Amino acid sequence: MSRTLTEQILGGTAGEYVDRSVDRAYVHDGTGVLTLQAFKEMGVPLGIDVSRIAVLYDHICPANTGLTADLQKELRSFAKEQSIPFSDCGGGICHQVMSEGCILPGEVVVGADSHSCTGGAFGAFATGVGATDMAAIWASGETWFRVPETIGISLNRSLRGAAEAKDIALSVAARLGMEGATYCALEYTGDGVPSLDMESRLCICNMGIETGAKNAIFYADDICRTYLGQFGHRIAPQIPEDCGYREEIVLDLDDIVPVVALPHRVDTISPVTECTGIEVDQVLLGTCTNGRYSDLLRFSRLVRGKRVRVRTIVVPASKAVLLQASRDGIISDLIEAGCIIVSPGCGPCLGMHSGVLGDGDVCLSTANRNFKNRMGVGGTIYLASPATAAATALEGCIADPEVHYA
Amino acid sequence: MMREGKAVCLGSDIDTDLVIAGRYLRTKDRSVWATHVFEDLDPALSNRLKGSIIVAGRNFGCGSSREQAPVALKEAGVVAVISPLFARIFFRNAINVGLPVIEAEIPACRDGDHIVLNLDGGWLEAAGTRYTFTPLSPRMLAIIHAGGLVPYWRAKQ
Repeated sequence: MSRTLTEQILGGTAGEYVDRSVDRAYVHDGTGVLTLQAFKEMGVPLGIDVSRIAVLYDHICPANTGLTADLQKELRSFAKEQSIPFSDCGGGICHQVMSEGCILPGEVVVGADSHSCTGGAFGAFATGVGATDMAAIWASGETWFRVPETIGISLNRSLRGAAEAKDIALSVAARLGMEGATYCALEYTGDGVPSLDMESRLCICNMGIETGAKNAIFYADDICRTYLGQFGHRIAPQIPEDCGYREEIVLDLDDIVPVVALPHRVDTISPVTECTGIEVDQVLLGTCTNGRYSDLLRFSRLVRGKRVRVRTIVVPASKAVLLQASRDGIISDLIEAGCIIVSPGCGPCLGMHSGVLGDGDVCLSTANRNFKNRMGVGGTIYLASPATAAATALEGCIADPEVHYA
Repeated sequence: MMREGKAVCLGSDIDTDLVIAGRYLRTKDRSVWATHVFEDLDPALSNRLKGSIIVAGRNFGCGSSREQAPVALKEAGVVAVISPLFARIFFRNAINVGLPVIEAEIPACRDGDHIVLNLDGGWLEAAGTRYTFTPLSPRMLAIIHAGGLVPYWRAKQ
């Protein structure tokens, strides 16, 4: 029996503790400030090649208060002094910018953000760490891991109708539950994988943490090779072997239907057809789950030439996404349909700015979390795909995207 | 290392947004986090945390990787957190900031019960009943003994 991909990359078997040097380590403005503080308190110089670390501002961009601006200034100055690769406000969400050619198969990637598991879409071991852990990585270039047990998820056949990768991600969260994969790796295989493009895989890996998983991972295949080829990387595909999984889940993609995660739990889902008519005050398209080009494209195809009926906030996940969507006319289609375009970044997902909910406000969001009060005190969050978000924006209440595709 | 305190019992799936809401993260002032800890769960809770041991249900600390969550608990005077299952990043963050986390189930424990913890020995006593648990790894215990990863690192230099 071969090792799982996560075991191969970490160089150990499940349950073992290993010390590993880190290939990529990144922070954002939210966690980076604390990382810098802990690093300074350690009183040591940077012990890692700066080309392996990065600082990417995304959480409150541009700054919303003087205090936020001051905190950002401190870390920005440090990054510049140390020549650390730096992406300022407007560059985009750290996970998306890192996925634009900065993460390669087989790498050990740590981000000071829970959604760093997104990078597993490239066949890398990618996981989230805290700020102090990251400070120690800045100091030493390495960290320790407990090699996780792996849950195998076999995706068979292909999606049909209006179902999207987000519906797969939500269905997996519902199947495993919010703690069902705690301390585990999620390894995606199956004959349905070639039908999923890289942006779909990023979306699915992004939500691994919502099941408690340490990381989520796809084998790098020809689709991954072609995608990374755009950024000048030539990679060898990883070939799946017969691995020992702690448990194995089989999902037939043609059974997946558009779903909605109900407040306030990611693992409590319902087919969208059973939620239609629930009035919303705001729709959010964006975040590290669904702010990519293909998400904006699918959303725009439904709303183009029509008018949205509720406050609809669109946040491209990165500058590259915004540029491509601008060149292709998607942004003007969205503006003409009545959407609000916000600077690339996390936007209102974490309740900081650019669309914070008021008491009693209901939002349908393409983000990954619907925790109580996350987007504003007293607000209620439903999670769904970009297609469902588009249908909902057009109707002003949760709506079935199949109807709008027809 | 022995720790003791009064139990504050909480439910399952307490996410880090509930421990410290995102709207209070725009600062480095730890006292702000301590003041607002658990505000969206129960605004009166922060006043009861000094000298307490949190006894939570499963999946404590799920969600955001924000290290302000264990820092807020420690700053508010929480001595340790006990849960049958911790979310992974919270668990590691807690150790890194020097907040002991114990994976154990003590269903008979009630609010206000006196709890004594032996971190190295792997046992605890709650309201007169003794329970055992698997101690943290030697490396994690060393970090806790040092008071967190930063002092642990400083001591290594």
